Amino acid sequence: MANDTKFRNRKFKSVGTRPPRPDGLDKVTGRAKYGADTFAPGQLIGLVLRSPHAHAEIKRIDTSKAAKLNGVKAVITSEDLPDLTNGDRDLYDTLENCMARDRALYDGHAVAAVAAIDAPTARKALKLIRVTYKRLPHVTDVDDAMKPDAPLVQPRVYTRGVSPKPESPSNVAKVSEFGHGDVEAGFKAADVIVEKSYKTEQVHQGYIEPHACLASVGPDGHGELWVTTQGHFIYRNTCAALLGMEVAKLKVTSSEIGGGFGGKTHVWMEPVALALSRKANRPVKLEMTRDEVFRSTGPTSSTSIDIKIGVKKDGRITAATADLRYQDGAFPGIWAMLGAMTSYACYDLKNVKTVGYDVLVNRPKVTAYRAPSAPMAAFAVESTIDEVAAEIGMDPIDFRIKNAAKEGTKSSYGPTYGPIGIGPTLTAAKKHPHMRAKLGKNQGRGMACGFWFNFGGETCTDLNIGADGTVTLTVGTVDVGGARASLSLIAAEELGIPYERVKCNITDTASLGHNDMTDGSRGTFSSGMSTIFAARNAIEDLRQRAAATWEIPVKDVVWEDGKAIAKGKKYRKLKPLSLDDLAAASPNTGGPIAGHSQIVADGAGVSFASHICDIEVDPETSATKVVRYTVIQDAGKAVHPDYVEGQFQGGAAQGIGWALNEEYIYDRNGRLQNPGFLDYRVPVCSDLPFIDTQILEIPNPNHPYGIRGVGETSIVPPLAAIGNALSDVAGVRMTHVPMSPPRIRKAIKENQA
Amino acid sequence: MLKVCFSGPLKAAADGAASVLISAATIRELLRELVKQYPGMQNQLDDGIAVSVNGQIFRDKWSEEIPEGAEVFLLPRIQGG
Repeated sequence: MANDTKFRNRKFKSVGTRPPRPDGLDKVTGRAKYGADTFAPGQLIGLVLRSPHAHAEIKRIDTSKAAKLNGVKAVITSEDLPDLTNGDRDLYDTLENCMARDRALYDGHAVAAVAAIDAPTARKALKLIRVTYKRLPHVTDVDDAMKPDAPLVQPRVYTRGVSPKPESPSNVAKVSEFGHGDVEAGFKAADVIVEKSYKTEQVHQGYIEPHACLASVGPDGHGELWVTTQGHFIYRNTCAALLGMEVAKLKVTSSEIGGGFGGKTHVWMEPVALALSRKANRPVKLEMTRDEVFRSTGPTSSTSIDIKIGVKKDGRITAATADLRYQDGAFPGIWAMLGAMTSYACYDLKNVKTVGYDVLVNRPKVTAYRAPSAPMAAFAVESTIDEVAAEIGMDPIDFRIKNAAKEGTKSSYGPTYGPIGIGPTLTAAKKHPHMRAKLGKNQGRGMACGFWFNFGGETCTDLNIGADGTVTLTVGTVDVGGARASLSLIAAEELGIPYERVKCNITDTASLGHNDMTDGSRGTFSSGMSTIFAARNAIEDLRQRAAATWEIPVKDVVWEDGKAIAKGKKYRKLKPLSLDDLAAASPNTGGPIAGHSQIVADGAGVSFASHICDIEVDPETSATKVVRYTVIQDAGKAVHPDYVEGQFQGGAAQGIGWALNEEYIYDRNGRLQNPGFLDYRVPVCSDLPFIDTQILEIPNPNHPYGIRGVGETSIVPPLAAIGNALSDVAGVRMTHVPMSPPRIRKAIKENQA
Repeated sequence: MLKVCFSGPLKAAADGAASVLISAATIRELLRELVKQYPGMQNQLDDGIAVSVNGQIFRDKWSEEIPEGAEVFLLPRIQGG
């Protein structure tokens, strides 16, 4: 029973309630400590010199004048970060991205760094570093990068996923094909075929807190890192490998996090801060500016996608294909592959084929952004789905319901689905009052659905009972959206005690076994499962102590409602022992009471959502405003419904910004033109309506409480839902994201012509 | 014998085969046998893979037992945000 992962349909007392989050007070009063909020005696200020060129050979770096400047304690280049990666390609890419070696590969690529006694001195030192560049041809557009005469971004990269192995390097880093059936036969059987091409521009996660850390490495090789991250254990492993440190001798503490959404799953300047500290033998604080965040951390891909869908007049899809070209920045990734895997995951298709092309360009290294790669693929597929439904005169929701995947469907990426929620979310959307609400003047309505995999991973948890019976829950997954509240509810549920008696802490890497990071919507799924098992281990201990106290067999003791109870008439005179009683007696019953769990949490259930959007378009300026928005998503089990709704709303808000406003704009020299929130506009409260939510609970059979991850799927449908709403009101099919006023005006004019 | 299906880049590592028959009782045994048959598969394992057994995806639990006749899919390991 202790580590039984199977879903048990139990009645909950704590899970499903909405108590205040334990970190809330500190966050609203400013006491919470983020990445930039800690200090060390004698700390230096680190700054990074970045390439102004999109692609350039680094002929020489002269740091001599900077090093001699009074107050400068260390200057480093790639020579201070030697290659210790031992043939690990991904690790070498990370090393090269942290500090350029022989070539700068994008505007903003780090080329040198300094540590000085204060920021003015560090800034002066940066200006004294002389870098001799030889500019090279560059490419920033994904389609241009695939052309035969395109500048080669990485001469060491040969296309993977094709056979035979290519003989020459290419900007196409990987080709990934998925699907089943015979698409040619499927298209032949179709009554109607719709083909469309789409483009989406590059966007950033836009977290409010820039990257920041405080690094300290002593001459004994021991180090500490305080950092804003989604995964401090992963940061420890990566930094230790890059710097040649022993893992146990690098202690990493995660600060509170001011947003990550995938962008803080990867190291950027943390190894640089550690290298500066090691060289200076002083703590080094390194904070990125917003400009640096945009230019040198990991946004998501810009894309170019071709969709072809064939359908019978009765509404059954006969075949579907997608060619998806995603740029990875200057280093190979898996982003097109994820687009190819997710594009048709909502549908039950007999014949489907998707091909992803991961393409290198002279832009920052792409990293994950909330359900990475799925929103762009969903934009292309879901826009075309609406076009197909219109072609055959069918309601778009009914068309989706008819073709929706269900339990037993062979997914477009391979495996057969278990119980899933796409059908129920679509049915709920069809029945939702939003779908029947009257639209105002110049308003249109659209809907779309979306999918994300979710996953689990390595997880380690401690649960300790205090002398007064209160519970300390210690986890290693960073709390990005209310996990401490959810995990406390789970501990309270298992132990049968009030939520307020549990305190959940996110601990450092020296105090707990390895935990994978908080990504893949795994935080509550994995640490929730681990918390259940740790609590059950503690309950076993508590039962044994009660049995020893009563001098009866442990099999006669049960744990109910926070108490040990002796079962059987012969024990009726034995008063139940509460957690408080057993905690108080613990010194004489074996000492500290604790439960521990170390697991690989596999079996995360896939997640689906359907969104409805009303948009208003100004007929003169084509300015848009989302006037109503509804998210319907399967949560498996909502442990703390407020924070589930918060995830739904947050993903939708980011998707709305992506759909309407946000984009990286490069000039012809490959320099980013809008690295700031004035010119890269994310939506603020006044831009958005209240985002309504509906939580569906289709239990994940592989979690004791039925939990599925909820953090990512909500960003998948908005691009397409908005595109479909725009099509409804303006009568044009938008094929280029962001669907900004100039693009809408252009589309309307072209349509009128 | 299990029919193990490949998708995405894993197909190329299996010399273009869409599926292969393997005798294995656990994921660990399955992966060991696959590398024996297709040494190129080792690169994919190093990059990271996931194994779907009857629709349930395992990324790290290599001790998982595979029931006779199960649907087994080898997938690339994914990343999330």
